[in-house]
Amino acid sequence: MAEEVKLFGTWASPFSRRIEVALKLKGVQFEYIEENLSNKSPALLKYNPVHKKIPVLVHNGKPVAESLVILEYIDETWKHNPILPTDPYEKAMARFWAKYMDDKLWPAATKVVVSKGEEQKAVIEEIQEQLKTLESELKEKKFFGGESLGFVDIAANIIVFLLVAQEALGLMEILTEEKFPVLHEWYQRLVDDAVFKECVPPRERHLGFFKARFGSSTASK
Amino acid sequence: MAEVKLKGTWPSPFSYRVIWALKLKDIPYEYIEEDLSNKSPMLLQYNPVHKMIPVLVHGGKPIFESAVILQYIEEVWPQNPLLPNDPYERAVARVDPHFSRTSPLDRWRLFRTTAGEEQEKAKKESLEMLRALEEHGLGDKKFFGGDKIGIADIAFGGVAHWLEVIEDLVGVKLIEAHIFPRLHAWTKNFKRVPIIKENLPDYSEMLLYLKREGITF
Repeated sequence: MAEEVKLFGTWASPFSRRIEVALKLKGVQFEYIEENLSNKSPALLKYNPVHKKIPVLVHNGKPVAESLVILEYIDETWKHNPILPTDPYEKAMARFWAKYMDDKLWPAATKVVVSKGEEQKAVIEEIQEQLKTLESELKEKKFFGGESLGFVDIAANIIVFLLVAQEALGLMEILTEEKFPVLHEWYQRLVDDAVFKECVPPRERHLGFFKARFGSSTASK
Repeated sequence: MAEVKLKGTWPSPFSYRVIWALKLKDIPYEYIEEDLSNKSPMLLQYNPVHKMIPVLVHGGKPIFESAVILQYIEEVWPQNPLLPNDPYERAVARVDPHFSRTSPLDRWRLFRTTAGEEQEKAKKESLEMLRALEEHGLGDKKFFGGDKIGIADIAFGGVAHWLEVIEDLVGVKLIEAHIFPRLHAWTKNFKRVPIIKENLPDYSEMLLYLKREGITF
């Protein structure tokens, strides 16, 4: 039976973009379905009746939801080019740091685009604390995953979105080379990676997206 | 065998998740009760990022976040498995713990401190979540894990016992037998599993504690 893989996502969501990275890293052929979140397709509602959210991966008719769960499913199903370590302790660390992206970095990033003035400055400081923490976790490794992209690097795509938003809204530079020498270099490697860079939203469109949705003349510099 | 320590707090459901997993797999461990109001240097050393419990320490190496700990335990000690073998079934089981992050347990603070519209909204969201679990999570199964309890039952176990106490405390009943017959039956079945039954915080002690401290987990 031919393998059928579908991914329901949106072009501007880091969560569905993560899945694209994983599938491409493993050379899995898939059909991508762009969803309109204000007019969800019957297929999406059928495959994710509970949360009605993207991304959803449908493999031979069976749906998997939640981006980090989907990444683990992909790793367990297509075992070449693994994205998670085999050692249980290293795996636990990878899961912890990936959750950190979702539990800490993402809420702060969503807050930064809607806040203003002093509040916005405070959120940016909070984000920089988080980036400091990430930098000390990275240490001297090329990627969080070691020699090549792994689970945590893929989950860290949120940082791309954060920095595009920063640029679109004319905010102060967040991930400076001065403050984050190690992380800054890692970030350059991440966005230069052949597979990763195919899976980020087109830059101009992405900038326009943030400007249209969150831009205002009162954004702080 | 490398030493296993668990740093937890009574009566946190997140600590209990780990206790249940360790006991179900018959893993010997040392339990250290952490006083949250006076965090020990050991805790800060092990969990500087979140400064929260539970922390599992195996052979001196710390693991944080109950959902991460549960998966670690499953991988290191495969006896009495908590996850199925099939990748798809595993993916389904893994989604449920995520559910529990926005469970009625998180909402209880809202029940307690708000009234009127806000409380109604919190109640509505909790009921929606329970409806989803009733219909899609449990289906016709006795447990989320099938015939035996699995990782999703453990992750959601907080709702079985803690929610009842909270319902008593705030006077808002969520899991009513005639509205959520399967979930209601599940809470009873879950607490009858011998390891679970033997490892639950005392009901009245918890009621007193929550009344006094009002602490969220």
